[in-house]
Amino acid sequence: MKIQIKGGRLVDPGSGRDEVADLFINAGKIVAVGQAPMGWRAGKIIEAGGLIVCPGLIDLSARLREPGYEYMATLESEMSAAVAGGVTSLACPPDTDPPLDEPGLVEMLKHRARILNQARVYPLGALTQGLKGERLTEMAELADAGCVAFSQADASIYDTLGLLRAMQYAATFGFSVWLRPQDPYLARGGVAHDGEVATRLGLAGIPECAETVALSTILNLAQLTGVRLHLCRLSSAAGVERVRQAKATGMRISCDVSAHHMHLSEMDVGYFDSNCHLVPPLRSLADRDALRRGLADGTIDAICSDHTPVDEDAKQLPFAEAEAGATGLELLLPLTLKWMRETGVSLLAGIAKLTSAPAAILGVSGGHLGPGQPADLCIFDPDQSWRVDDQSLVSQGKNTPFRGLEMQGRVIITLVAGHCVYDARTTAKKPGGP
Amino acid sequence: MRAGHRDPQLDANGELNHLLTMEGLPAEIVFHILDTAKPFVSVTEREVKKLPLLRGKSIFNLFFEPSTRTRTTFEIAAKRLSADVVNLNVGASSQSKGETLLDTVANLSAMHADMFVVRHAQSGAAHLIAGHVAPDIHVINAGDGRHAHPTQALLDLFTIRHYKGDFSRLRVAIVGDVLHSRVARSQIHALTTVGVPEVRVIAPQTLLPRYVERLGVHVYHDMASGLRDVDVVIMLRLQNERMDGALLPSAQEFYKYYGLTEEKLMVARPDAIVMHPGPMNRGVEIDSGVADGRQSVILPQVTFGIAVRMAVMSILAGH
Repeated sequence: MKIQIKGGRLVDPGSGRDEVADLFINAGKIVAVGQAPMGWRAGKIIEAGGLIVCPGLIDLSARLREPGYEYMATLESEMSAAVAGGVTSLACPPDTDPPLDEPGLVEMLKHRARILNQARVYPLGALTQGLKGERLTEMAELADAGCVAFSQADASIYDTLGLLRAMQYAATFGFSVWLRPQDPYLARGGVAHDGEVATRLGLAGIPECAETVALSTILNLAQLTGVRLHLCRLSSAAGVERVRQAKATGMRISCDVSAHHMHLSEMDVGYFDSNCHLVPPLRSLADRDALRRGLADGTIDAICSDHTPVDEDAKQLPFAEAEAGATGLELLLPLTLKWMRETGVSLLAGIAKLTSAPAAILGVSGGHLGPGQPADLCIFDPDQSWRVDDQSLVSQGKNTPFRGLEMQGRVIITLVAGHCVYDARTTAKKPGGP
Repeated sequence: MRAGHRDPQLDANGELNHLLTMEGLPAEIVFHILDTAKPFVSVTEREVKKLPLLRGKSIFNLFFEPSTRTRTTFEIAAKRLSADVVNLNVGASSQSKGETLLDTVANLSAMHADMFVVRHAQSGAAHLIAGHVAPDIHVINAGDGRHAHPTQALLDLFTIRHYKGDFSRLRVAIVGDVLHSRVARSQIHALTTVGVPEVRVIAPQTLLPRYVERLGVHVYHDMASGLRDVDVVIMLRLQNERMDGALLPSAQEFYKYYGLTEEKLMVARPDAIVMHPGPMNRGVEIDSGVADGRQSVILPQVTFGIAVRMAVMSILAGH
């Protein structure tokens, strides 16, 4: 079908374009920007006056909880949450149950996602069998099945020789390795940042050296093997500095931060708020500010939701026993907009962290509004505010530190390959929703 | 960036609704508890040791972690106020059957409890429970993980005031495993709240929380300088599992450098008092001669503990 997006402000980090212009779509792809193609007759016109039209968001970490944790969330619920958040592509970490360490599991996930026909799902394969950090997975087979990179999710590799071998093997095939830097020994038993709040509340701490010590090891081995490395969820000022130095030497690495860590700090734990029990832990205000600076100066390439739906029972426990994580797919855009407003980052630069930058990290198309690109779009109202609550969130996970707060920035329409997969204008209004 | 957190232990009028932690407890409330406790000391000494203040009230001692001493003193305190007391060692029953903490609490609430006295191995458990009980049920934290043990700190304050008169010129040293100690955290907040000008902690680095000085204490790593001229020495219990080599090489070495002996006590003020929350490890953190010596007030602490817990319960019950 021929679709014309009319009168919207196009924000396209891929081309640097930021202007009011029409967008023309045919057969699932963008065919023209600004000027209609010869003989154009739109089958459908989407009025986007006053709205921002940008590439569909690409989330580098969203847990869909399948297989294994369907009581927390299902593919159906989380794919709906994704498109309600303007997310048209997402990478899902392999920490399912069982982990994504066999081609059959990956094929099943891809198949289930394809049937739902919503956001594009890019599975991350397990780097080691069972994520145990000991034996290599069949990476080439997993890549054939659809894995775009290999990761340990939140599991550490204790055996540094094992890590070296995994990087060597991945580098052989040109696969990317995604690692969250955390030394398992220094983090042992910890549940919160080893800071002032953990001192007061008597919570076992995870010091930032758990991040920097692991970073040193990972960067060392990455340099040695030449593997394409992506660092996940930086959390500390010292970690950002270490990555900045590595990039300055010309290392081909990328890294991301979760949207939560751009806004929250250990202070938000308050009186043991288990919604603030996150991985990595929320660190000090100085760390949070360093993450923001790292984003602004390009040390940190992308922002992800690190979406982790957790059911209520698993959160209603003493802080240390409560399951870590927060729902994030629907907060990714408003939290990024909030960061942009607070720091004066331009729309183009800010949206790049959610679109063109993660596309480059994943090595997939999208993240760009030029002709020939897939018509994956996020059309949003940057000013519309809405309240985060159990009704307004589509995700099955209602666990978020922002519960009850107002967010500014609301997705109106999401297109994937030219299909309208979310339309707030026609979706029945839910009580409490905007 | 998020909305401010209201102190969950105070009600809308700023009155004590739960006793969860010493942190943030207004000094007026602390002194009110100490003043209320004072006449209760004599109750414990007279022939008929009962007051009718809590007649008809049900108090549930909910212990998710084993304790003899604390549970017993709460039980005695409640009974002296004529309350009905139910002791539950939950660790041994429902938790092992997979019931969640909040399910257990909901079930007991349905049995018309008026007050829960809670001990749990996890920091924050008492806050969690207080956030989920009916509005007319009061929660007293009898120790949660490493976080807080407010009635212990209150009885320590009571003891110090009993022997020293007032707080405004004192030097107090807390010695030992501060890192894992809910008692130490509550004591530090309690002492700074009532205006003790100098609170010290003495321990090797492995037994101190990373940002302990932000709690308003002076950090010492040796007894000779840490105990100099102090008026009060509070020894902490060293758990056996801390001596396995990870944090301390041995009990012997700890005793040699941080155990309280007559000799080390010499640098403190001559009238310094020695306190310990119990149970003591004689020959590990404290020498028997000191524990039983003329400066020790360890046994009076236990007696005062009952009076202080009576005060907390009667205030929470609205008296």
